[in-house]
Amino acid sequence: MAENIEDIEIELLLEAVYQHYHYDFRGYARASLKRRLLHARKQLGYDSISAMQSDVLHDRTMLPRLLNYLTVQVSEMFRDPSYFRALREKVIPHLRTYASLKVWVAGCSNGEELYSLAILFREEGLAHKTMFYATDINPNALKAAEAGVYPLDRIRLFTENHQQAGGLTSLSDYYTADYGRAVFDKSLRNQVVFSDHSLVTDSVFGEMQLISCRNVLIYFNRELQNRAVGLFRDSLARRGFLGLGSKESLRFSEHAGAFSEFVSEEKIYQRGLT
Amino acid sequence: MTGKAVVIGASAGGVQALSQILPALPGNFPLPIFVVVHVPPRRDNALVQLLAAKCALQVKEAEDKEMVTGGTIYFAPADYHLLVEEGGTLALSSEEPVNHSRPAIDVLFESAADAYGPALTGIVLTGANHDGAEGLKAVGAAGGVALVENPVTAEVSTMPAAALAACPSARAMSFADIVTHLRDWAVA
Repeated sequence: MAENIEDIEIELLLEAVYQHYHYDFRGYARASLKRRLLHARKQLGYDSISAMQSDVLHDRTMLPRLLNYLTVQVSEMFRDPSYFRALREKVIPHLRTYASLKVWVAGCSNGEELYSLAILFREEGLAHKTMFYATDINPNALKAAEAGVYPLDRIRLFTENHQQAGGLTSLSDYYTADYGRAVFDKSLRNQVVFSDHSLVTDSVFGEMQLISCRNVLIYFNRELQNRAVGLFRDSLARRGFLGLGSKESLRFSEHAGAFSEFVSEEKIYQRGLT
Repeated sequence: MTGKAVVIGASAGGVQALSQILPALPGNFPLPIFVVVHVPPRRDNALVQLLAAKCALQVKEAEDKEMVTGGTIYFAPADYHLLVEEGGTLALSSEEPVNHSRPAIDVLFESAADAYGPALTGIVLTGANHDGAEGLKAVGAAGGVALVENPVTAEVSTMPAAALAACPSARAMSFADIVTHLRDWAVA
């Protein structure tokens, strides 16, 4: 079937964003990206993607607004509690043996996963020797992650998740309520480096003992997934751990051989010795 | 136009309705079938197991980046949207709920309408909300076949009635007629 006009416009917009701003969304899974772009067109008040493209190219203030639609910022603290329970029970005992630890939260979005891990590591007595790296391509999301402020009405879910994840403390130990917002304790990010990093265009990121990257790869096509998983392999220390989202896997990845399944039902993998 | 795929959306009463339709399809049914049922966001796929035991066709939970094969019934996993990519692979997404639902019927139907155009059949079954109405409209607009469980006999009529109202080409049918309509693909 001949491509329809909207598909051509999307192709051109992604090319424009790449050439002018070096944000590369060309290899994102197309069906959901198209949905988000059509939503952006409507919300930002344009009649067509082409009209939106013109402003994106000529008005620098448009890019951050568009990025909020192109990237996905939906998450929750301790999302899939069983994943965090598996980290606690199966992975943490291995991490205890190291003198110092590096943990990379790749695609940290607004920081929910980062704070979950920071709390988990504090509960397990590992926080003092751990350096966290939280990266994302969206500067607005990085800012939100650094602020660590969430609407108070989300806290009930976060608290339930935390308990189900085997939480040893109370989540309320880590935030103060303030005008309908929960402000998370600054000390949780004492050992966090926030940084702009793209799994699509940037390179290896230090020697990590754990990389947690949940519900990021599903927005990539297969080729990009391969690139990102290759990057994870090269960024992990030998026997380092990789945690993915509950519906993500290395099954279709050309780098699957570099990893073994560590907790298969939670999509936690371990890098081999080679 | 030959058919290439079927999408089905169901909500309240959906398990019953699907149990009437899917097990009635023969083992040589050639098309892939994608199904969204609104279920609570839990991880077990009890519905897949239930229907797998009753169906001649393979029934499975859809996986991200999986290649679509004919004669297979794919269910959207709980708490993820299911989309079909042009070129015949599946994609999952954890984006915001649509119509308060994740998975949402509209998300599946609209992506499938894009991918298959007039070669798609969309079916909206029983339910107590309006999910699927926009999606079925997209199926019809792309030239696909739009079917709806008869609201008069549906366990909950809201969803099929909304779909019927939104999609001008939609036809209301009984389970038996829907099954007959689908079985035609198996002999075609």
